[in-house]
Amino acid sequence: MTVTDHAGLQPGDAAVPPPGCPMHRVLDYPFAEPVATDLHPAYAEVREERALTRVSMQYGGEAWLATRHADIKTVLADPRFSRAATVGKDVPRVRKAYEELNIVSMDDPEHARLRKLVAKAFTVRRVEQIRPRAQEIADDLLDRLLAAEDRTGDLAAQYAWMLPITVICEMLAVPLEDHYKFRGWIDTWLTIGNEHTLEEMNEARFEKLPEYMSALIAQRRAEPGDDLLSALVAARDEEDRLSEEELITMSIALLATGHHTTANQLANHLYILLSRREEWERLVERPESLPTAIEELLRVTPLSPYSENTRIAVEDIEVGGQLVRAGEAVMVFPAVANRDPRVFERPEELDLTREHNPHIAFGHGIHHCLGAPLARLELQVALGTLLRRLPSLELAVPAAEVPWKRDHVVRGVAALPVRW
Amino acid sequence: MTWQIDVDRRVCMGAGLCNGSLPDRFRLVDGKAQPVESRIEPDEDVLDAADYCPYRAIHITDQATGEALVAAD
Repeated sequence: MTVTDHAGLQPGDAAVPPPGCPMHRVLDYPFAEPVATDLHPAYAEVREERALTRVSMQYGGEAWLATRHADIKTVLADPRFSRAATVGKDVPRVRKAYEELNIVSMDDPEHARLRKLVAKAFTVRRVEQIRPRAQEIADDLLDRLLAAEDRTGDLAAQYAWMLPITVICEMLAVPLEDHYKFRGWIDTWLTIGNEHTLEEMNEARFEKLPEYMSALIAQRRAEPGDDLLSALVAARDEEDRLSEEELITMSIALLATGHHTTANQLANHLYILLSRREEWERLVERPESLPTAIEELLRVTPLSPYSENTRIAVEDIEVGGQLVRAGEAVMVFPAVANRDPRVFERPEELDLTREHNPHIAFGHGIHHCLGAPLARLELQVALGTLLRRLPSLELAVPAAEVPWKRDHVVRGVAALPVRW
Repeated sequence: MTWQIDVDRRVCMGAGLCNGSLPDRFRLVDGKAQPVESRIEPDEDVLDAADYCPYRAIHITDQATGEALVAAD
């Protein structure tokens, strides 16, 4: 017997599985439309109930959903859970499109070969050298924001997005003015697919973005620079360390994930701080505590509204006492692990002074976010500059009226109206 | 020549990169990285692992001279 439940889990019913039912029940996933940066209460309930929960995904059938910190780390660390096995297949997932072949969907050693080509550009040591330039960009963006005579603006569009975009454009030597073009394509590509057709998503990802990037790559071949894109072209042409298709896919991934994730997180962090005014004021008074505060903001802010990046078990493996059979899909959701009471005290509470904070907002294992040092630096510079130069910053609308993007793979405000 | 691997457990957050990419060199113990063997023959991959660590928790020294070793760019 299988019971399909929808969003409304009743407290208590979870503890009584149907008699004789080995799977207990199958929940429809996702549980509900996301609300702000909240996690649906059902996550905490299933995390308490059992290690792995059976879910019926939007596409591709049933999967196991891991929600506990230790179990998610196990799945992310064990090479017997394959990402590559999901590519081009109708596996359980939230997004309409099939998984495509790129660095986040490869297993080692292919993944390691590509990652090694760019990893040196994103180390803590190298990224630290960008800090003075990131500070200049942040100051310049803030100068322009402050030029508004009515003392209002959209902090997401005018600040949170433009800092990471400018930084990654400079790293890749992509013309900044092109962001009006490539952001639209990336926005169409990185959607769940409820509001775009598959044709529109595929056109953005497999036609528009590769055409654009191929033109830039041709320019680098004619006139190499000391930028990261030129380095990738050299790795292709002089050392044959990646294929032409990998070169194009890798450069698209760097451009897109190089700003899309940080921009959304930064805007969401600002939403959280400004909608809890006392937290903002505490940081204004104690700017030296910002790095610790950022780790807590990363912990509580889901990067995606949904569990993504399906894994397929390539052999029978036990996770948290539950047997996962070869061929079965496992979904992980780091944001849910980040509120696991087994690891975090008062997990639902925002505590910007939290010291013990082993969150997995950047993932875990070989796919741990390559750009984490750059993201941290940009968050520090962007938030630090506002705290220092614009302590009177506040939301211009009630928090509940801040608009949120729909259908996006990465959670983010659609705008952040502010005044000062 | 012998290199010494040290992981600063106060700084390590257990990101799982070093042990994931070099399972013969590092392992996670109670959520923190630990070298499988702390004294090794020179190995550029281990220098790179130290460079890639997002918490800069891995330190490599030349055991004979005590010199801190850093990966090339």
